[in-house]
Amino acid sequence: MKVEQISVFLENKSGRLADVAGVLAEAGINIRALSLADTTDFGILRLIVSDNEKAKNVLKENGFTVGKTEVIAVEVKDRPGGLANILNIMKDSGINVEYMYAFVQKSGGEAIIVFRFDELEKAIDALQSAGVRILKGEEIYSL
Amino acid sequence: MIWNEEFETLPREALEALQLKRLKGLVERVYSAVPYYRGKMDEKGVKPSDINSLADLAKLPFTTKEDLRINYPFGLFAVPFEQVVRIHASSGTTGKPTVVGYTKNDINSWAELMARTLSCGGAHKGDVVHNAYGYGLFTGGLGAHYGAERLGAAVIPISGGNTKRQIMIMQDFGSTVLMCTPSYALNMADVMKEMNIDPASLKLRVGLFGAEPWSENMREEIERKLKIKAIDIFGLSEVMGPGVASECIEEKKGLHVFEDYFIPEIINPETGEVLPHGEQGELVFTTLTKEAFPVIRYRTKDISRLITAKCSCGRTFHRMQRITGRTDDMLIIRGVNVFPSQIEHVLMSIEGVEPHYLIIVDRVGALDMLEIQVEVSEDIFSDEVKVLEKLGKRIEREIKDLLGVSCKVKLVEPKTIQRSEGKAKRVIDNRKI
Repeated sequence: MKVEQISVFLENKSGRLADVAGVLAEAGINIRALSLADTTDFGILRLIVSDNEKAKNVLKENGFTVGKTEVIAVEVKDRPGGLANILNIMKDSGINVEYMYAFVQKSGGEAIIVFRFDELEKAIDALQSAGVRILKGEEIYSL
Repeated sequence: MIWNEEFETLPREALEALQLKRLKGLVERVYSAVPYYRGKMDEKGVKPSDINSLADLAKLPFTTKEDLRINYPFGLFAVPFEQVVRIHASSGTTGKPTVVGYTKNDINSWAELMARTLSCGGAHKGDVVHNAYGYGLFTGGLGAHYGAERLGAAVIPISGGNTKRQIMIMQDFGSTVLMCTPSYALNMADVMKEMNIDPASLKLRVGLFGAEPWSENMREEIERKLKIKAIDIFGLSEVMGPGVASECIEEKKGLHVFEDYFIPEIINPETGEVLPHGEQGELVFTTLTKEAFPVIRYRTKDISRLITAKCSCGRTFHRMQRITGRTDDMLIIRGVNVFPSQIEHVLMSIEGVEPHYLIIVDRVGALDMLEIQVEVSEDIFSDEVKVLEKLGKRIEREIKDLLGVSCKVKLVEPKTIQRSEGKAKRVIDNRKI
């Protein structure tokens, strides 16, 4: 149920993002989804990639600070109200969304959204109880 | 105008005789009252009876900040604690501050010395003293305050900060004498400009600036922008607080050391050898009248030289040249002493923070800015922005709490801070004082 996301610390220096993309490209790693959180001084790049171990190692070798986080990939009906439905389930269960971002690819006909929750297990339970489909890691990495 | 004509214009012979008499009394007192000093003197094989001339001062051991740290907090006090009526503290090199104490007589002497200092600047009874030195544990605020009261001036105990309000008060209360750090004075000038207030319209006449080093260029800038005379004053808590030496408004060249209270020496910082008058070296002070916290040959780590030429103001005290630098890595930021080791102390106390940091000091406009770069290692990294921001804020808060200065923490990528073979370069000071 859980998907491994890789996060990378980036100083707000010109070219850092390009460097990350370059390193991953050279190692033959495909980026499945990404999100970039920015502050005045730094950014945190969150990635779902095709090969987690390799990505982590090759980024570390190139001097990046890398972290690993468990997130979930949720199938969301691709029509108005799809997202609201998911978020209401969270609201009712008192679970907070730390951040979220979307996949470009669809699963079947549905949209896929990556969520980071403050209480992961509770979120998985709440979603599954409401009949929401959570994609497995293996499904995601090779989309 | 000289505050104490009799003592400030003593012929050298009489002054030196007085110094010797007081020195002998000091050494006797310290030898019997402070076990730590007695131990140091015994180690050097020196007894109070060996002090029979001013030259014999060189026989006595030096005192350093390390000695104060070892005896934290009250180990060097020379009187029973019930006689201590004031405690002040200044920055230490690690987590603990440097502590000093005062008896009623010491407070009286200090007020006298600050009244002398104010008089050196041409201040007098009836003046309105705008005291923007920080009140609190630092000696600046209260030192200046008591001196201004002794002088007979009206003190506005405004302390630092809230500049727009300070300027309004300056206008409304008619401040005539300004006391603050030189960089704060320039900051005030900038804010006045923003407020469209012409400094010439204020009643300010003179400023007594200290607590941080400043150049002739800076003096010229302050005098021009604020339309006042600016003089340099000097002191350090370990010796008294402000009131150890002061420029006179007559010449503004070198600071008269109040030698009936303090004996200055200049030494070679490597060898400890006393240097002849006129040669540059490390400034050392011995207190002659302090009761609660006397110090013998305290090494200030400030670099200066002694000027013996006669001064047109009439004071016979020798002058020390403005401080040009230090022998250690201490920084002065907005008038506050900061040791890089204190910053390291805070960083190391936070789990996961690596010993790779860089301190960058800049002067933006007139104010010192302190930036601390910290490498983000895997241990402290998080996928959440708020976690990293919280870490940054925590470091800023702990530094403010321990050191008393505000800083900005910048998180940087690993290995971006230069590693070095020997002593790591931890500080980049971009200020051109």
